[in-house]
Amino acid sequence: MRTADVVIVGGGIHGCSTALHLALRGLRPILIEKDYAGRHASGVNAGGVRQLARDLHEIPLSIASMGLWERIEELVGDDCGFESHGTVLVAENETELATFRARVEDLRLRGFTHEELIDRAELKRLVPAVADHCPGGVVSRRDGAADPFRTTQAFRRRAIEKGAEVLEGVTVTGLTKVGANWRVETSAGPIEAPKVVNAAGAWADRIAAMLGEPVPLTVVAPMLMVTSRVPAFIQPVVILRGRKLSFKQLANGTVVIGGGHLATSNRDRNETVLDWDRLAISVRTVWELFPAMRAATIVRAWAGIEAYMPDGIPVVGPSSTAEGVFHQFGFSTHGFQLGPGTGAMMAELVATGSTNTPIDGLGIERFR
Amino acid sequence: MTKASDLAPSYDLVVIGGGPAGLAAAALAARAGLATVLFDENPGVGGQIYRAIGFSPVKDRTILGEDYWAGAELAAEAKASGASIVTGATVWSLDPARLVGVSIAGQARLIQAGRVIIATGSLERPFPVSGWTLPGVMSAGGAQTALKAQGLVPSGRTVMAGGGPLLWLLAAQIMRAGGRLDAILDTMPRRNWLRALAHLPDFVLSPYFAKGLKLLREVRAKVRVIRTDRIEAVGGDRLREVVFTVGADERRMPADLLLLHQGVVPNVNLAIAAGVAHAWNERQLCFEPVLDGDFTSSVPGIAVAGDGAGIAGGTAAAERGRIAAIAAVRALRPAAAVPDLQTIRQRLQREEMGRAFLDWLNRPADSFRQPTGDTIVCRCEEVTARQVRDTADMGCEGPNQMKAFLRCGMGPCQGRLCGLTVTELIAAQRGTTPAEVGYYRLRPPVKPITLAELASLPIAEAERKAVER
Repeated sequence: MRTADVVIVGGGIHGCSTALHLALRGLRPILIEKDYAGRHASGVNAGGVRQLARDLHEIPLSIASMGLWERIEELVGDDCGFESHGTVLVAENETELATFRARVEDLRLRGFTHEELIDRAELKRLVPAVADHCPGGVVSRRDGAADPFRTTQAFRRRAIEKGAEVLEGVTVTGLTKVGANWRVETSAGPIEAPKVVNAAGAWADRIAAMLGEPVPLTVVAPMLMVTSRVPAFIQPVVILRGRKLSFKQLANGTVVIGGGHLATSNRDRNETVLDWDRLAISVRTVWELFPAMRAATIVRAWAGIEAYMPDGIPVVGPSSTAEGVFHQFGFSTHGFQLGPGTGAMMAELVATGSTNTPIDGLGIERFR
Repeated sequence: MTKASDLAPSYDLVVIGGGPAGLAAAALAARAGLATVLFDENPGVGGQIYRAIGFSPVKDRTILGEDYWAGAELAAEAKASGASIVTGATVWSLDPARLVGVSIAGQARLIQAGRVIIATGSLERPFPVSGWTLPGVMSAGGAQTALKAQGLVPSGRTVMAGGGPLLWLLAAQIMRAGGRLDAILDTMPRRNWLRALAHLPDFVLSPYFAKGLKLLREVRAKVRVIRTDRIEAVGGDRLREVVFTVGADERRMPADLLLLHQGVVPNVNLAIAAGVAHAWNERQLCFEPVLDGDFTSSVPGIAVAGDGAGIAGGTAAAERGRIAAIAAVRALRPAAAVPDLQTIRQRLQREEMGRAFLDWLNRPADSFRQPTGDTIVCRCEEVTARQVRDTADMGCEGPNQMKAFLRCGMGPCQGRLCGLTVTELIAAQRGTTPAEVGYYRLRPPVKPITLAELASLPIAEAERKAVER
């Protein structure tokens, strides 16, 4: 019988980060991944490392994460392609700008200062290529972007170096309590451990169901496109609120266009089918916002499968039915930035039973 | 010229590719009453084998040979059948629900197909030797395109290298057209005969036997053929000389043009992006779609015909197209009259008879498929063989992870020039098989499209709703 201190289900950035942070605490975790680490959303997302425009409940995790991103090379032995040029939320009209102003003021009252309202001049300075109709926006200057697959792999590699075991191509088929331990049935035989972390992304509801803890998870696959290389013209990541768009130029000149329009997905077949009508919507938005992009060429489009919760925020914290089990899923298309910090928090929670990072409002019991 | 706005929103049958398979399929299906459209991205139909048929400036029929001119008949049949033949039409997406993304003159459309026949043919196997990216080095197929479409032949010092039936055909065509050819470097290992010999009796009975012998004699009578197991293209800004070994000797041949060719492999990009299951063919050393006897794939309603279904040549391609078209007709209009399937299958069988011999004889050596050192593997992202091998040693198990590590296969060619090489290098390095390693997971658009084209898609109902969010 194989045993471990903790079994982590799911090899996305969250599972790998938790594995690393557990190993750093001297525990011996085994991570089980049904495909390979970073195969789905963690490996193929837009790579935005964003504190901007987050739900209030996630802000503490996001800020904790940002601190880790800023020393990511020290943490995982790879710079993960992380570059910090800020994220800019562009207002397309005065009404939007007024909403943004109210939000920034609200955050300030709560003691959060990472979001900063900017006027037309500062917007033009940060994003010279933006269309003239935009009256301003919000910037989070420490934000940036990283290479998602490389990041997930770096966490995986460092976790292994620090003593974690990673089993890829292995599926979990059952979870039962045996004495003080959880017996995790897998396609590679059973594993026993006192603690289990469910970081199974789009498949996490199935793990929760094994614990008699159903959760209303939707499987989604946000679509992304990448263009051929164009001359450098934009540094920050740009996002919109009114229309769905995220827009980022990588160091190699290619531009990644996303924003959350969804592909059709089938999680049992690891399959996504793109919806070109919706990709065309993103393209028309880029067309209007960045006239310089009109002649660019789309070379590839794709979508990664992940979990979306009804309230758009993740499920993080202890199980409400099964002692020793912890949830870390449902990041609802914005979990990449949260990976490092949530892994650190989860390791603390699993190892010590409590955490200094507030996770109020993120527990699974809200779906009871 | 058909414009995007002339297209119907849906067709019974969409045929993708206007080579022999596509032309034959479209003609048969349209004649049986299916609303059929054929998309081809070139200015005219014909595919590579019958490229520029109908408007080639090469008028002397002996230059390209009678086999080429047979394409005119296929093209005329397709035209007369009532199928819409749309040229200049690039298909950039096909999904499992048979929604076809196509661009014509900068305008994009999504067309719903009842059935799809993918007839996108073959492409030349990558030939990654040192210096293959130098100006002055090109593929033999590229040279043949220039001959067929523009009547251009090499005039400087020209060397051909590689092997396979098409190499010899092109050599003959270039010389008949008055082009210059200084030498052919034959890279096919002599020991290939050991495996090929068993299939010689079948080959002797196949239509390729007499033609092939005649062609070899014609070429060998006029040009020096040197057998070699190592080739390097050398030069600064452009090709200066070809360096190769004969036995223990290293030789150098000054050259202005080096034409490389070591066979063709199925062009799998569209089929893979559509979700069609593929398998490794160890004899032909390539991935090909998994198909039933009617050339229907693992995705319902999508068939793959022609060389895209596995290399068998132009005449076989047309027969395969007909078989796939009959299956489409039977599915959509069971009462329609179609030609006798058995007769077509027999003709196909005869065409395919000599294939095993040709495949074994022209199986490129490992050293020409699995490069080493600084030889470029991925031209788009300039990734070397050493990088791919080192990354495989580090633990990278498949081409999709390799993409993430090295960006190989992520450029505009979408892996067409490096896919097989990367798969084979990973397999070699990790001591496993290409079948085990697999191929790139390919995503649409399978051909780059501009933002402007995509923006030209008619605005769907979904958009009006989405703006509200």
